[in-house]
Amino acid sequence: MTATATSTPAAEASAAPTQLTMAGALNAALRDAMAADDRVIVYGEDVGPLGGVFRVTDGLQAEFGDQRIWDSPLAESGIIGTAVGMAMYGMRPVVEMQFDAFSYPAFEQMVSHVAKMRNRTKGRVTLPMVVRIPCAGAIGGVEHHSDSSESYWASTPGLTVVMPSNPADAYSMLREAIDSDDPVVFMEPKSRYWSKAPLALPVTTAPMDRAEVVREGADVTLIGYGPTVRTALEAAEAAAAEGLSIEVVDLRSLSPFDDETVGASVRKTSRAAVIHEAAQFGGYGAEVAARVTERNFHHLAAPVLRIAGFDIPFPSPKLEEYHLPTADRVLAALDTWEWDA
Amino acid sequence: MSLNVEHASVRTLPSEKPLRLLDNAGHAVTGSATGGFGLPDTETLLELYRKMVVARRFDVQVTALTKQGRLATYPSAYGQEACEIGAVAALAAEDWLFPTYRDSIALLTRGIEPADILQSFRGDWHNGYDQHAHRTAAQATPLATQALHAVGLSHAARLRHDPIVALTFLGDGATSEGDAHEAFNFAAVWQTPTVFVVQNNQFAISVPLERQTRAATLADKAVGYGMPGYHVDGNDIAAMYAVTSAAVERARSGGGPTLIEGVTYRIEAHTNSDDPTRYRAARDVEHWKRRDPIERLEKFLVSEGALTEAMRTEITDAAEALAARTRDVMTTEAELDPLELFDHVYGRERAALLEQRAALEAEIAAGAFASHEGAAR
Ligand SMILES: Cc1ncc(C[n+]2csc(CCOP(=O)(O)OP(=O)(O)O)c2C)c(N)n1
Repeated sequence: MTATATSTPAAEASAAPTQLTMAGALNAALRDAMAADDRVIVYGEDVGPLGGVFRVTDGLQAEFGDQRIWDSPLAESGIIGTAVGMAMYGMRPVVEMQFDAFSYPAFEQMVSHVAKMRNRTKGRVTLPMVVRIPCAGAIGGVEHHSDSSESYWASTPGLTVVMPSNPADAYSMLREAIDSDDPVVFMEPKSRYWSKAPLALPVTTAPMDRAEVVREGADVTLIGYGPTVRTALEAAEAAAAEGLSIEVVDLRSLSPFDDETVGASVRKTSRAAVIHEAAQFGGYGAEVAARVTERNFHHLAAPVLRIAGFDIPFPSPKLEEYHLPTADRVLAALDTWEWDA
Repeated sequence: MSLNVEHASVRTLPSEKPLRLLDNAGHAVTGSATGGFGLPDTETLLELYRKMVVARRFDVQVTALTKQGRLATYPSAYGQEACEIGAVAALAAEDWLFPTYRDSIALLTRGIEPADILQSFRGDWHNGYDQHAHRTAAQATPLATQALHAVGLSHAARLRHDPIVALTFLGDGATSEGDAHEAFNFAAVWQTPTVFVVQNNQFAISVPLERQTRAATLADKAVGYGMPGYHVDGNDIAAMYAVTSAAVERARSGGGPTLIEGVTYRIEAHTNSDDPTRYRAARDVEHWKRRDPIERLEKFLVSEGALTEAMRTEITDAAEALAARTRDVMTTEAELDPLELFDHVYGRERAALLEQRAALEAEIAAGAFASHEGAAR
């Protein structure tokens, strides 16, 4: 749960908090968005009667009918390319890529059209669409089911890229993404789909372009997003036992990057490390480290660290535990700093 | 989706010989070669003739301006007027067009101003016209990508119960792209009101059709998707107009998509930076010049007594006036604001972009680009 998660007055009146998974929160967000605006349509592979391979669209076709949510042919470029046309016509398509590594056939549509349409037309044509991408590993997926594609999208001007780490944010950020007039790449960390939190819906958390301090601390800022927020919190918990006070920042938004929140935290702690599952080389952590350093160099007592996956293709299920950043690795990395210097 | 109520498979093979209503000598064709399509009325043909003459003049003018260095690039459609205009003329004003870089004269036919069409080719901005006002998407450069946009838009219109059709142009080379396949398939499965017009101008830059496909015709591909396909003489505007009109009508009334192949030829180079002598023989170009779409219709209209000298003069004058206007706008320097670079990336303000904008503003104020001012164009 993010610190600022709040319920709207209407929800407080109606619903008592119930345990909700992130998948359930996303499902509720889609349902509420579709009910609120009939321009919101949902399609992708297996999103209809099956409810999506992660059941995020469970029950929606029964509720809204097959002209609001339907199974498309099996073709990712086709899904994104047709969504461009639908958004041009004023619909608000929310399309699903079944798994991160299967979004690559749509790369051209994403980069050449989704990202650039507003710009090439001087703002005359906008694309209010959301591309939902289940991402990252730690679910024992076989080859091509555990990629981390966030840097490809985040380094593409014109795309907004967000990744919630908990059910409350998942609900609130998806609603906001659907309401956005700009295209949003909405990345859903698969390993967090079944994480639970007590929630009274609808819930509105911080704006989706803001990072959040999810644990206060004085000595180190750990920056995570999506699946690694939990890793950061675990590391902070373990470090506290040894007398080290770690502050954890959940980025929530990868593009734009919230320099303000991150900067304020780093200036307070004077030390920062970023954690992600994707390979380190040229990865998102490089951007974080560079930005934090450029803007806060004189407040830093040590170089910004990256704790990331190895620079290898995502491993097989039985080997992924060796690859993924763990709390222990985070703590070991922090030990490489010269703390007395 | 339940929108496609009946699941009617389409098995008819397109004709082996291209459909035509006027032969190369401008005589009306009879019999099976017409595929059952009727010749449009004379008034319509006169209007199509006028549009082709004006478009040809525009195309020639822009090619000349490109050679003078006024444009960065221009992909000419000289010789393809019947495909471009025959197809576009079949659309109603509320229908949408999804064109490629090749289709500037189709844009002209839709009433878009020369300055706005050419803005991207001369390097001022990527897309200059109001897409919604003209129901014309930006000219797409990544091949076949726009076909999916056409499918999506026309499907959205159908979901909204708006009787709107989207027509998209593709080149013969573009039919090899995955997006062409995905567009054909999505359109057929969803039964969207989409018309695909493949302009088979024989070459993809330097690569001839036989290196793109083993299919007997590109229209044959329609069969595999379960939609009607038509193999049409693309230099016969009467046939292009008649076949496209029928496809638009079928799409509008819920009959789903159609694939039309117009067999034509690109007389000019691919763009100004291309050297066509490396990949095609002069005699082939001469052969196709003798099959000119404008001359063909002109012969017919003259033999019918429909095209008078007075009309011809009036049309030529209109074409010359447009050419003059095109020259004028292309020799006038556009006012460009470099700070606008940052204005249309996101709808919401972004701190990082505001910072970069301020940095560029400071550079400009400090005279960093003073020597470039005016010279960049
Ligand atoms: C996806 C993609 N690949 C390559 C290119 C480079 N390119 C531009 S035009 C062209 C040939 C296209 O030929 P065709 O589809 O027959 O259309 P034509 O130019 O003849 O109208 C190529 C290869 C491109 N624009 N897009």
